[in-house]
Parts: sequence; C-alpha cells; structure tokens
Amino acid sequence: MNVLRLPLAALAFLAAAMPLRAGQVSDFMLDNGLQVVVIEDHRAPVAVQMIWYKVGSADEPQGRSGIAHFLEHLMFKGTDTLDPGEFSATVEANGGDDNAFTSYDYTAYFQRVAADRLDRMMEMEADRMRGLILSEDDVATERQVIIEERSQRTDNDPGALLTEQRRAVQYLNHPYRIPVIGWRHEMVALARQDALDFYRRFYAPNNAVLVVAGDVNPADVRRMAEAHYGPVAPTPDLAPRARPTEPPQLGERRMVMADARVAQPYVIRSYLAPERNAGDQKDAAALTYLAEILGGNGTTSVLARALQFGDAKAVYTSASYDGTSLDTTLFTLAVVPVPGVSLQDAEDAMDATLAQFLKDGIDPAAFARIKTQLKADDIYARDNVRRLAQRYGEALTTGLTLADVAAWPDDLQAVTPEDVMAVAAKVFDRRQAVTAWLVREEEGKTP
Amino acid sequence: MLLRAALAVMLLAVPARAELPIQAVTSPGGLTAWLIEDHSIPFMALELRFEGGTNLDAPGKRGAVNLMAALLEEGTGDLDSQAFAEAREALAADFSFEAGRDTVSVSARMLTENRDVAVDLLRGAVAAPRFDDASIERVRGQVLSNIAGDEKDPDAIAGRVFARLAYGDHPYGSPSDGTADSVTGLTRDDLVAAYKASMARDRVFIAAAGDITPADLGLMIDRILGDLPATGAVQPPQVGWTLASGVTVEDFPVPQSVVLFGQSGIKRDDPDFFAAYILNEIVGGSRFGTRLMTELREKRGLTYGAYSYLVPRDLSESWQGQFSTDNATAGQAVALVRDEWAKIAADGITAEELAKTKTYLTGSYPLRFEGNGPIAGILVGMQLDRLPIDYATTRNAQIEAVTLEDIRRVAARLMKPEELHFVVVGQPQGIDTQP
Repeated sequence: MNVLRLPLAALAFLAAAMPLRAGQVSDFMLDNGLQVVVIEDHRAPVAVQMIWYKVGSADEPQGRSGIAHFLEHLMFKGTDTLDPGEFSATVEANGGDDNAFTSYDYTAYFQRVAADRLDRMMEMEADRMRGLILSEDDVATERQVIIEERSQRTDNDPGALLTEQRRAVQYLNHPYRIPVIGWRHEMVALARQDALDFYRRFYAPNNAVLVVAGDVNPADVRRMAEAHYGPVAPTPDLAPRARPTEPPQLGERRMVMADARVAQPYVIRSYLAPERNAGDQKDAAALTYLAEILGGNGTTSVLARALQFGDAKAVYTSASYDGTSLDTTLFTLAVVPVPGVSLQDAEDAMDATLAQFLKDGIDPAAFARIKTQLKADDIYARDNVRRLAQRYGEALTTGLTLADVAAWPDDLQAVTPEDVMAVAAKVFDRRQAVTAWLVREEEGKTP
Repeated sequence: MLLRAALAVMLLAVPARAELPIQAVTSPGGLTAWLIEDHSIPFMALELRFEGGTNLDAPGKRGAVNLMAALLEEGTGDLDSQAFAEAREALAADFSFEAGRDTVSVSARMLTENRDVAVDLLRGAVAAPRFDDASIERVRGQVLSNIAGDEKDPDAIAGRVFARLAYGDHPYGSPSDGTADSVTGLTRDDLVAAYKASMARDRVFIAAAGDITPADLGLMIDRILGDLPATGAVQPPQVGWTLASGVTVEDFPVPQSVVLFGQSGIKRDDPDFFAAYILNEIVGGSRFGTRLMTELREKRGLTYGAYSYLVPRDLSESWQGQFSTDNATAGQAVALVRDEWAKIAADGITAEELAKTKTYLTGSYPLRFEGNGPIAGILVGMQLDRLPIDYATTRNAQIEAVTLEDIRRVAARLMKPEELHFVVVGQPQGIDTQP
C-alpha cells in the first residue's frame, strides 16, 4: 500500500532492537540549520530521500488533536509551482514512489527514485517546505479522508480502540495520551488555519533532518541540498521541544472495555519505561533484551514457555518495547488466554511468571542467543538502505545524535544479564502501569 | 556490483538483450534454482515454493495444509519445538513457513558464517518434521484463535463472503485456515497426508540471492530437498466464474462499511495480460491518481483508499477491488465504482494516462529489487509464473509495447460492469441490492 498516509506507531515494535552500523554514513549542516545525513549503498542505482520534521502529534496545540497528521495529508496539495496531486504525479512520472507518515515525535516524507532523479525530488521537497498553498475545498475534502482513515484504522477495530483508551489512561499529563490520528470530535473541527499555523511554525530547515540514502555520494548531495534547501528560510526563535511531563504516577490503573465485535478477549498491561536518551542508552538497551527474553519469541520466551506449553493458559503472549522515543515510553505485556481460561486467571498466570522470572533471573543460554541475534541484525540491516534511513531519521528526531546511533550496537552488545534484571526490577512498578481487559460484550448485559 | 549492472540495464526502456546476472543453477541431484549472486553482505536469502498450497486440502480436511505448514518449525529429529527454535535463534537464522492458496512457501535467511549448520536445521524442518502431538494441539489452538478473530473482523468477513459466493465448494470458496469444525477434526494422519501431498520435488521452485556461489547453492538445495518424495497430490480442477452482478450485504456492527467487489479476470499467460495489468494500474493501482482514488478519495473524500487488483490464480482468475467508507456513504460509493467501471469499459482511457502509467511502471520496476530477500522473492515468483529467465530485461519493453488501442480492446473484452458483484460488510445505507 503506497498511498497510506499513516501514523507510524504500529512500526514501534520493529525499531527497538536494530543496530546501525551499515553503509558509509556522513553528515553536514546547512547554514539555515538543516541537518543532512548521507548513507551510501552503491549496490543498485537507486536513491531514497527522506525529510524528517521534528514535530509530531505530541507537539500539537491543545484541542487540535490530529493536526500533525492532517497536515501530512495536506502537504500533497500543491505549492506555487505544483498543483494539488502533482507532487506524487511527478514522482511517478520519474518512475518513483513516495509516501509519508506521522508519529508522536516526527513527521516524515520520502521518495524512492533512480539515483539520477534525486535532484528533482530535492527541488520539490524544498519547495513544499515553505511554499504550501491550501484551498478551503481541498481542506474540507481531505478532512473527510482522515476521518475515513480513523474509521478504518481505529473505530472498526476494538483492539485499536482499546489501545487508544489505554494510552489515554497511561499518560496522566504527557500528550502521548492523545492518538496520532486524533480524537474524532476534534478532527471534525480541524480548520485550514490550524494546518497553516502548525505548518509555518514547524516546517523549517532548522527543524528538519534530511536523510539521503543509496547510490549517492556526499559531495553531490551537498551540492544539491545547498542549491535547493539552502535558500529556505528558517523559523526564527524556534523554542526547544518541551512537552508537558508526567507527574509521579502513584496508583495502578485498571480498565475493562467491552465490545460486541471482540472475538478473542485478552489482557494487556503497559508500564512507563525509560527511552533512549542522548549519551545514555544503557537502560533502553537492557529493556530491549528484557522484551526479547520475556516475550520476543512465541516458542522460547519466558512467557511463551510458562503459559503456552503443557497445561497451557495462553494461546499467545508477547512483550514489547520501543526505546526510540523523545519522552517516556512504554513496556508492554499481553496475554491471550486459551478458551475456558478467564482473563483474571490469565493475568494471574502472567504475574506469577513475572514474579518467578524476577526471582530466578535469566537463563544464560537464552541471553546469549538474543545477543547473537542483535549482533546479526547488524549484518541483515545493511541489506535495506531504506530501513537504515528510517532508523537514522527516527533517532535524530527523537533527541538522539549520530554518535548515539553509532554507539547503539555496542551499547546492545555491552548489556549484561545483571543490567537486564536491574532494569526489570525498576520498570515492573504497578503504580506506573495500566492493565486493560478487552472483553466481549454480551447481549443485553452492561459490562 | 553485479546487481548494480543488472538494474542499470533494467532502467532502460529499450529491450537491449543485455545479460542479467540471474543464473540458472542445476544441482547435482537435478534440481533447478535461480540465483543472483552478490557477495557484498555476508548472508543469503532462500525462497522455496511448493505449488499446490491449500488447494490440496483433501475433502473434509479444510485447513490441513495450513496447519501442516505452521507445524514445520515445530521440531525435527532430536529437537522438539523449543529446542528447534533455540537452535535457530543461536544461529540468528530466520525461517518462515506459510501456506498460501496456490503454494506452500519456505523463506529463509542465513548468515554465511554458520550457513552449513543453518541448512541442516532447515532441512530437518522441510524434510523430516516431527508433527508432535503436543505441538499439533498447541498450534491448532493458535489457528482456532485466528479463525475466531476472522469471524469478527470486517475485512476477513468480506473476503470470506466474496470467496464463498464466487467459488462455492471449490477450495477457493473457503478460507485456507479452514473452519473451527474442520480444524478441530484434523488428526496427525491428516497432517502427514497434507505434508506428503504438498511437499514434493516435482512442484518445487527455488530462488536465492546474496552471498553464495552456484556450486554451494546446488549442494544446499540437494541437502534440503533431496529426501523429499518425487511426487505429490494432483491439483483440483480449474474453476470458472459464475457469480452474477449484484450486491450482498453482510450486517455487522461497524461504523464504516468494508466493500469488496469483483468480476472474472485474465490468466497470467494471456497475450493481453500486460495490457490488462496496465489497465488495472490506471483503474485502481495502489497509489494516487488512479480512477478509483480520484473519484472516491480525491474528489469526494469518501474513503482513505480504493484499490483494484488482478488475481490470476493457478485455478481461476478474477479482478477484484476494495475500499472502506462510512455506512452513510456506502451506497453512493458503490454506485460511483459501478459507473466508473462502465465508463472505462465503454470509453477506454486517455493517451496521457497510458503514457504516465508506463513511465511509472517501467521506472519503478528496479525499485522492487530492494535487497536479497525481495530479490529471491521476485526470482521465485517469475518461475511460478512460468516466465523466461531473461524476463526482467524484456519486461519493460513489453510494457512499452502496449498501445492505447490494446487497452481499449482489453477494456472492452475484460471489464464487465454487468458482472460486477459487491460484498458490503457493515450497516450500509443507500444500497440497492437488486442488480
């Protein structure tokens, strides 16, 4: 699906464990503040351009939820030099494809083309950094599209609704409590001026990172970037990103959501967890192991062994963590019980497994296997230059530096079982957790 | 570097009979594989496809091939399911086993440094799976959970209803997973029978990409596949298209209706396939600017996405499409699709649409060759489609050769607005269920 303008939250679980040491990487900064990263991969004559803005849904003004993602859609609507729809049409006329995505912390646009078409892509991307033109008609029609998108992704799916509700309970104050797509009642009121205000403030070279990857050389990229992005004016006095932060979370939260469309009830629990921070990725690296050890594999993980084998309580278990986040992130556990096992029993079994794990510690063989796999990811990652570019963009728009990106594989290899147990003891604090049950709504019965 | 040369050639619209670095490798044991050798990263990707897939489910045993394929990674020889998974993890190899309607696929990526050990492990899964009772029960539970989930998923419901209407009792008429009843009834013997029916050497297609020589690849595939039986089960017969025009509404409590529509299609080896492929790309390819996206999304904001796709399966061919729209606008959107379908059938497309679409299709083709895994997938897909080994060098020329007149003729031949059937899952308004 190329045409999806999607919130990328769903990709979170992919990004966690991936080291980056592939390809030849260089970087430079334009005078207007645009950071440029070049990743060389000369195996094929193809290039990808990604422009990453350091703005996402968590940077939205209050009451305007969904505006970051809405603007992402509207960015395809034209400029002084391009008619609505002409951007993508031009990419296609150059034999390329393009798309965009919005998350809590960033909004990104990319094109994949033959390497000799890169100059034109840069010209167009630079043009729409400041030159967007929006008609009321285009805004009204596109607003219908994002509402349809919300229906498709969220309102048609009770699991997605539960995630949305759970996050709103998890974060007491931080805007990660608000869905990227937006709350429906606020989406319907999003106006052209909201989009333009947001655009003019945040879409600027000094708030962006350009990642160019593929069959390119840094000198050519610099020449093209200076020609096209160089003249773009920065936003003066752009304030540092400072979102409302969490107060101490003092009480466990529990919720039950019932929906007639639930086929498979489950229990899911998220805990607040530290994210990767510049110069300090140790806890995040240890949490990456913890997720793999507890629930990374449906056969060998701690939860799978305890709950899915023998007198099985669960048909599915998982643990997930994504450390690439500007602010405090989540560590999440889920258990889908086998038929006949209640959610309470499933949750109890999950907690008993956690308690046993905290007591027993880590099986050294399991730890070694995960370490090996994380190291191998270094090799596998080199095969897909687009995914590499993705990782750089995510890191650089979530408060990390190139040095952090370079250090991450070593940080992962330096983790010890003791580090993992120490971070587990800290993160599994029920006062900072939400436990949510998704249940089937029974006919004529109030849940 | 070899790959780079290949892609440079493919970027040219002119069908220079340049050499592609796809090598046909014949193993000592007589198996054939296609390979793109590239030693720049120390791993390789391997793709195996066993033709037949869930079409080979025996009568009353729907879901057997699917459950069988899910059990291949559940142990071999001395290794039970956990020991097998541990061994694979320790090698940082990835294996996946999947049952499709027309094929069972095995995908693997393996590091060069421990490839021989990884191959032994993969051989065990493919050639000597244990099918332990405990694994059967555990994985059966997972499949039943998926089936239960699909019962309540509007997209899955739409697919199921459409398949049943179009194909009835043929395997294409029901989900590959089977039903709760059929899966509950499967025995170990049924799974062994499904294994023997589908995993045989006479139906396997093989492709590889990455850090391996032709000689080593030959030895590898003999090692993995040499002990498999020579022959398996016979495919069920072809099935024609009998579904008539109409709208079938499946009531389901969602705010947005899921709409699936379709009609008869075109075979992959039809001389008009390229024209049909371009035509579909213009009607509903997965990007902006198509007819469906323009009418439904760009002009009216009725949907997040509307797409169409040719489905040239082994035993039947159809042309299908899909979109979602709020219940209130379902009737309007269905009518728009029907009108657009009729309009293109009658009037064809414009020269400008054809020119733009050709540029896109030819220019973006090399972008698909994005790493060893995708390359191996493309090479095995070409073999399943019975394409020649130089296809990648001639493909763009075949796209270029399609004329506006070809498209007009094929649109008139293929597009049957009077045959188009819609399945709507939701609580749609404004739907006229009379054809």
